[in-house]
Amino acid sequence: MTARALINVPPKAKRGEIIGIKSLISHEMETGFRPDATGQPIPRNIIKEFVCTYNGVEVFRAEFFPAMSANPFVSFTTVANESGTITMTWTGDNGFFATESVAITVE
Amino acid sequence: MTDTLPLMATRRRFLIGAAGLAGGMALVTMLPGRTAATPASMQAAVKAVAGDAPMNKGRIKIELPPLVENGNAVPLGIKVESPMTDAGHVKAIHVFTEKNPQPNVVSFQLGPRAGTANISTRMRLADTQVVLAIAEMSDGSFWRDEVEVVVTMAACLEES
Repeated sequence: MTARALINVPPKAKRGEIIGIKSLISHEMETGFRPDATGQPIPRNIIKEFVCTYNGVEVFRAEFFPAMSANPFVSFTTVANESGTITMTWTGDNGFFATESVAITVE
Repeated sequence: MTDTLPLMATRRRFLIGAAGLAGGMALVTMLPGRTAATPASMQAAVKAVAGDAPMNKGRIKIELPPLVENGNAVPLGIKVESPMTDAGHVKAIHVFTEKNPQPNVVSFQLGPRAGTANISTRMRLADTQVVLAIAEMSDGSFWRDEVEVVVTMAACLEES
């Protein structure tokens, strides 16, 4: 159940600057549509939800379906309005949960 | 020089044959009683998020390679023109396919705090098909863009 998550946020930004955020997490994203060697479908095992908060305020959210690639990658933007913490969480099938945080300094 | 032409013709015949074979293989792997989204089920999925709201063309742009060798990880970019202010912003972006096993791919929810509506990710494509993206604006309007992608090796159909 341990998943490696990588997030990329600039450590410093000017107030009001639009910054790019990249997120990547290791997960097979098993679709539930593939048969195994005996022809039985392999049960679905995907990440269903990705949420990014900035000092506790939600700034971006995604709902994933099986058509997302394995090791889901998402890049998006946010406005750097204050110093603090950017946190990302991933939740999914079979109780999957992962979270990663990074500090940002806004001048 | 004299034998160049027949040689080229042979090569062309081989390429056509190979393309046909690849197409046939894709068809066989798709066939055995597998559920697949259809243009109709995609329309139903669109209706689930947009209701009967009119779809405007423009403002949203999908970036996908026109030809994809491996459908397992296709880079997808989406950009929406919007000031992203409290008064006018993108509320949500939904991505759909016509022929994957189910029509939904991903739904994003954003707002003024995102600053821009400029997202990239990676998606699976089970077949050559149309990919549709819809942006929902804060004023209640919906905007759409669609592109056709040719896939030579499909995703999610091989045995593990």
